[in-house]
Amino acid sequence: MKSVVLIKRVPDTASVFTINDAQSGVDTSRLKFVMSPYDEHAVQEAVNLKATAGGEVVVVTLGPPEDKEKLLTALAMGADRAVLITGDGIDSLGHRGIAEALAAVVREEAPEVVFAGKQAVDDDGSQIPERVAELLGWSHASVVTRFSLEGTTATVDREIEGGLLTLEVPLPAVFSTEKGINKPDYPKLPNIMKAKKKPLEEKSFADLGLTAADLAAKVTVTQMSLPRQERLNKLLEGDSATQVAALVQVLKEDEKVL
Amino acid sequence: MSVLVLLEQRGVLKPSALEAATAAAAIAQASGLELNAVYIGQSLADQASELAGFGIKSVYAYEHSDLGHYSNDAYVPIVRDLVEELGATVIIGSASALGKELCASVAARLGVELVQDAIACRWENGLHATKPVYAGKVVSEVAVNDSPAMVSLRPNVTAVARNGEDAPEILQREMPSVSLRTVLKEAAEAATGTVDLTEAKIVVSAGRGVGGPEHLPVVEALATAMGAAFGASRAVVDAGWIHHSHQVGQTGKVVSPDVYVACGISGAIQHQAGMRTSRVIVAINKDPQANIFKICDYGIVGDLFEICPLLTEAVKLAKG
Ligand SMILES: Cc1cc2nc3c(=O)[nH]c(=O)nc-3n(C[C@H](O)[C@H](O)[C@H](O)COP(=O)(O)OP(=O)(O)OC[C@H]3O[C@@H](n4cnc5c(N)ncnc54)[C@H](O)[C@@H]3O)c2cc1C
Repeated sequence: MKSVVLIKRVPDTASVFTINDAQSGVDTSRLKFVMSPYDEHAVQEAVNLKATAGGEVVVVTLGPPEDKEKLLTALAMGADRAVLITGDGIDSLGHRGIAEALAAVVREEAPEVVFAGKQAVDDDGSQIPERVAELLGWSHASVVTRFSLEGTTATVDREIEGGLLTLEVPLPAVFSTEKGINKPDYPKLPNIMKAKKKPLEEKSFADLGLTAADLAAKVTVTQMSLPRQERLNKLLEGDSATQVAALVQVLKEDEKVL
Repeated sequence: MSVLVLLEQRGVLKPSALEAATAAAAIAQASGLELNAVYIGQSLADQASELAGFGIKSVYAYEHSDLGHYSNDAYVPIVRDLVEELGATVIIGSASALGKELCASVAARLGVELVQDAIACRWENGLHATKPVYAGKVVSEVAVNDSPAMVSLRPNVTAVARNGEDAPEILQREMPSVSLRTVLKEAAEAATGTVDLTEAKIVVSAGRGVGGPEHLPVVEALATAMGAAFGASRAVVDAGWIHHSHQVGQTGKVVSPDVYVACGISGAIQHQAGMRTSRVIVAINKDPQANIFKICDYGIVGDLFEICPLLTEAVKLAKG
């Protein structure tokens, strides 16, 4: 059972974000980067699958050379090989283009299963796994909290508002992972050392038969800003009973929510 | 050239469908484009009347017992084909769990960009959207320069507004024949009486301050009294006190209720990511320095074991 995992390196959301002078993005120079948390679940699920079904785990990302660091993390978690799509033009892509480039690698690798986090916590794009599946003409299931495999059919649980769907999905297929599917095992030092010896291949758009211009984003940021904080920040006063009475009063009379 | 709104249903039309229709109506008006809607489900029947007042010209209704539950295999080609047939240039969907999956899939089939989970959209020589990024710490304004231009709208942030009573014409459509690859084995609904987090008008959440799973009922009783959905911080979920489907935050659910009540929650940035677009935020915490007070509208510094029961009773009284 061969699987491909799509991951993304993102700024740690605990960082302090500042807007660049052009107000077109955030200043990334002082940010700490991590693997997007949902992608950790995706890597873990592929590694778990390999432990039971054998095969190979290939981890793929698209981005600057710095992204190798997160590919190494995935290799240390148990992936076998890594592919970095990089080179001129990678910054100009939107979700459409990123999915096309990732799908091109998946097509070459021809796995039975693709795992990816349900969304990346930088822009919360929430569309790459579905797009990759659609581009390949494969089945897909999103926001998966349980994955099991029998033959060439996966049975998965997928959460929706106020409910849970159990789906049988024929392979090959793409699955986007949600917290709860597993507990990621963070790599131990010997595995981190071993990861450095695992194959890590770089590919350019040309290698994949693509051109950056065709993949360029058609969504442009017109402005980025820090959210306006318009909270009342009103601490209620008096003893507990008085505070509670005051709260119920404002919720009922001022805010009209009771 | 026209606007198409995707009407989501779960047996009945979801509130998010009417919110999307409200946003789409504003775009149709500002752009002068015609507005149409697509309904895919078991039966629209008497709910058609809910679709009056948005200026929708036609509702393309694909009604079939096999379409009751969402299916990528069935829904995606229907929307793709209809977009092409109508020459739709703007598509507005819902950023619910299934709405996001549908929009992402349709965008891929059409080969166009998509802005998911926008909190607002507007027309100004093209489609623009507002979207929180970096766990809500930054707000991004984007212009969608693709055609069709696609946006999915976060549930619960748009107030449904109708203008008049003009009802759209309902055009019955045949369900196209498709081979369903993915099979729905089971659809389990959450226990009745529980309110879903992402669509709830009120959310009451418990944090590590409750001290242990045996104390959760103190906060849960408040949620029940307020008619609220019950949320939790990650600390509570990670401790195994409650199922992770209750988690609010960056790695949990994003909620935008009218009121969010945080009980014994410190207000970590990752928690804020899931609730900072709430209209009114109430915090109950015994530590006056807790971060949650910096982002709340109303705060009570106190012991939740004292405040929550008092508040529960006061709410019951106030609601009569
Ligand atoms: C990648 C990543 C993703 C994360 N995602 C999420 C997420 O989705 N959601 C989330 O919530 N967190 C998330 N976190 C965790 C987050 O950083 C915090 O650790 C977590 O939110 C803390 O939960 P808490 O506020 O319940 O607990 P604490 O921070 O321990 O706060 C407990 C609060 O309870 C108060 N308290 C204690 N006793 C009482 C009492 N008797 N009465 C009143 N108040 C009392 C204390 O004063 C304190 O403020 C994430 C972290 C990371 C690194």
